[in-house]
Amino acid sequence: MTNLIKRSAADLSELLADRSVSSVEVTQAHLDQIAAIETGVHAFLHVAGDAALAAAARIDARRAAGEVLGPLAGVPIAIKDVLATIDMPSTAGSRILEGWIPPYDATVVRRVRDAGLIPLGKTNMDEFAMGSSTEFSAYGPTHNPWDFDRIPGGSGGGSAAAVSSFEAPLALGSDTGGSIRQPAAVTGSVGVKPTYGGVSRYGSIALASSLDQVGPVTRTVLDAALLHDVIGGHDPLDSTSLTDTWPSMAAAARAGLADGALKGVRVGVVKELGGDGFQAGVAQRFTETLALLAAAGAEIVEVSAPNFEYAIAAYYLILPAEASSNLARFDSVRFGIRVNPEDGPLTSERVMAATRDAGFGPEVKRRIILGTYALSAGYYDAYYGSAQKVRTLIQRDFDAAFAKVDVLVSPSAPTTAFKFGEKMADPMAMYLNDVTTIPANLAGIPGMSLPMGLAPEDGLPVGLQIMAPAKMDARLYSFGAAVEALLEASWGHTLLSQAPELAPKEITEGAV
Amino acid sequence: MKKAELMDYDKALELFEPVLGFEVHVELNTKTKMFCGCANEFGQGANTNTCPTCLGLPGGLPQVNAQAIESSIRLGLALGCEIAEYSRFARKNYFYPDTAKNFQTSQYDEPIAFDGQLTIELESGRLVTVDIERAHMEDDAGKLTHVGGATGRIQGADYSLVDYNRGGVPLVEIVTQMIEGGEADSPEIGRTYVAAIREIVKALGVSNARMEEGNVRCDANVSLRPRGSNVLGTRTETKNVNSLRSVERAVRYEIQRQAALLHAGGTITQETRHWHEDTGITSAGRPKSDADDYRYFPEPDLVPVAPSREWVEELRATLPEPPAARRKRLQADWGFANLEFQDVVNSDLLDAVEATIAAGAAPQAARKWWTGEVARLANVSGVSADSLVQPAQVAALIELVVAGTLTDRLARQVLEGVIAGEGTPLEVVESRGLAVVSDDGALIAAIDEALAAQPDVLAKIRDGKVQAAGAVIGAVMKAMRGQADAARVRELVLERAGAAE
Repeated sequence: MTNLIKRSAADLSELLADRSVSSVEVTQAHLDQIAAIETGVHAFLHVAGDAALAAAARIDARRAAGEVLGPLAGVPIAIKDVLATIDMPSTAGSRILEGWIPPYDATVVRRVRDAGLIPLGKTNMDEFAMGSSTEFSAYGPTHNPWDFDRIPGGSGGGSAAAVSSFEAPLALGSDTGGSIRQPAAVTGSVGVKPTYGGVSRYGSIALASSLDQVGPVTRTVLDAALLHDVIGGHDPLDSTSLTDTWPSMAAAARAGLADGALKGVRVGVVKELGGDGFQAGVAQRFTETLALLAAAGAEIVEVSAPNFEYAIAAYYLILPAEASSNLARFDSVRFGIRVNPEDGPLTSERVMAATRDAGFGPEVKRRIILGTYALSAGYYDAYYGSAQKVRTLIQRDFDAAFAKVDVLVSPSAPTTAFKFGEKMADPMAMYLNDVTTIPANLAGIPGMSLPMGLAPEDGLPVGLQIMAPAKMDARLYSFGAAVEALLEASWGHTLLSQAPELAPKEITEGAV
Repeated sequence: MKKAELMDYDKALELFEPVLGFEVHVELNTKTKMFCGCANEFGQGANTNTCPTCLGLPGGLPQVNAQAIESSIRLGLALGCEIAEYSRFARKNYFYPDTAKNFQTSQYDEPIAFDGQLTIELESGRLVTVDIERAHMEDDAGKLTHVGGATGRIQGADYSLVDYNRGGVPLVEIVTQMIEGGEADSPEIGRTYVAAIREIVKALGVSNARMEEGNVRCDANVSLRPRGSNVLGTRTETKNVNSLRSVERAVRYEIQRQAALLHAGGTITQETRHWHEDTGITSAGRPKSDADDYRYFPEPDLVPVAPSREWVEELRATLPEPPAARRKRLQADWGFANLEFQDVVNSDLLDAVEATIAAGAAPQAARKWWTGEVARLANVSGVSADSLVQPAQVAALIELVVAGTLTDRLARQVLEGVIAGEGTPLEVVESRGLAVVSDDGALIAAIDEALAAQPDVLAKIRDGKVQAAGAVIGAVMKAMRGQADAARVRELVLERAGAAE
């Protein structure tokens, strides 16, 4: 058995099910890869090697006892540090939560464990998911496996880097304005933001409650679908969780591999998500992908979404407003670090202020101030109120577009991975990187990013974003799997097979 | 302000018109908290009824308590409110250690109930209609205990402890419109209004309604308008006044305090004030301006509450008779004088008396027993009268008295037996052998003996001095150990005295 770490979760699932490989072997192989390359990548904030091996051994024992387990039982997974885990620190990339171990598991973590997946550890992220590069992590940035001098995207750069550097076959992410899809795009991996309400947010440390959504981070569309099936579905602990019965996303992804799956699919190209500001190589790969789709029988339709131009402005009012309130609880009273003021009396107010001053990083402070201002009496209507109206207009743009087409496509990000420090001095430039992904969050619709090639000018991955109407996540998986197969057939290989070899030494494989 | 510096109440009213407003917080008696599954219970160890949601831990999310919504709607309906077709929760943002999330989940511009009315009757018979602006749902804060200082307040304390067991308990806040024209009755209006709210939530069964435990808490807003002016004065908000009498006293105190200040050329600071039960004064709390900015915005973690009209009407059909109307009806049915009825109401015995009458007792007898002997015994053991004995037992006791089986004195002994758990009144009568001796033979024997022993008395009776019979009656009753009907004994004494002639 060669190269277990290069296998997809779907492949591992089969190998584990017929017991040609054990979960301990698979888990050990990934821990070995982490040990070999993590110093350079820094995808993880915490690696739980012993616990992972113990969990793997339990799965192996259950299988040996003849128990029939779920499809992903025994497959390792990396968990974004925004999710509460009862046995691992959960810091959301912030100093203020350094070392905090929650007394409970997030619902998605509980579901992952119940399905027999093996948590390897917690992945790095921009502090409280505020950022597009992981440069705002309090614990240092994650490096893009394609080029260590470049960002892995953000906020979920850790999860994307972990799967694209073969440290984990699967990861969990969270997407408030693109934090799953943009990292997927710049690391050549697959990421899905489900329909708002499709996956529980209970135990996901909130950034912006009306925008946040937990989702899968993987290397293939089918793997994302398998993970989606594990984490999705109604959770009574999340009041915004939908009570719908969902179809199997894995079945939808497999259906997408049928011959002629793309024939007659109406594919909308959003005029406003292209043009100026998009890197030439990104635009080129996008055009080529459209041509492939057309050749496969899809109907390419240009659609307009005139209100998308206000999306970033609205997003950067709604997000900070909600975040300023969500982050109020970080006050040193019940959990997290406590910092006393250097001088003066020790009142609760002054301790709270000193803790927040020391515990929050610059981007978090910037957004708390923005949000506090936007919610202030006298400004509420002009800022938060107007932003909510824009949100409605964007939803209407999507409704109008989906009346004409089955899916919408765009580049997942305007550029390939940029270099560290490039946008740190200019928050607006950083914010604009999410122009393509934000509209889906504002409208609550599902979106996916999958690799569509390397930009000729820099040899870095370019992502294709696919969006579907709310609750039509299954359509994303069918269409995504079809596009993925089409592209890989045209290349003759997977995109990630082109990534540079990171290991400085031979990796010990789990052999059978 | 010292009591001596207050303006005379009558003079204050000559110079100023009081304007009132009340915010009453009602703690609902749901099994679980407003937004999580933790028990809504007191007397537990500190921070035991908590979870990630009510502790405000990262990742915690709220879930609305459906029972709390139902209770809030019923309360809104009982206050004559409209029930919103679409209502939302909102976050009220402020930092305080007893507020785990550092925002309160409340309602802002879309409360569940609004535009109600409550008519209250003062002791003089004056009717006052209080307009209800709104009744909205929210969660309670935790409880802070300040340790170290002399006063128990945060100032001067060494440290403070927080117990979040109360954090997240469901509250309904009832806000009145401005109440004008209260004049000299203003303090009584405060007391009577809060009493009426308390009575309503109790009748609805939505709250335990114990003010001493903070189930019903009143914030009293008072301002004074100079006579002849149409400009409202600056108001103060006296927080957490926790007894009916205190509401009355606090309003009165604020009228006198503000009047003294204003008359001396001073100004009123818009602020919260603390009520001090022991000294009967208020003291300054924190400044409170209309511009206090809580940065309200719709709670994104909860979906709107949109009760269907059908459900609202179903709930309306479950409303009990309004307490004030019920009182009127009962007083008329029972034919009680005002003082008699007030006695029953003030002793919180309306339900007990009503049930006793329903079990067959005459209204006056029911009243007399409950407010008399039962209340006395309850007072002795420091419990509430209606927890001591069942109305059906009291009714059975009264029946035995009416039937002549028991004298009042015997009945009191039987009551003690019933309370002691010896069984029904009839069972106690039998086991203690307390029935009136109604066998004339036994009585006649005792009377004859007594008459023979007191020949002078017999002579007086025969001379027509009937009142002299008392001495013989007393001797007979003593011989019968009280178990005889004194009226019958008297009859027989006169008869035997005559017969002996």
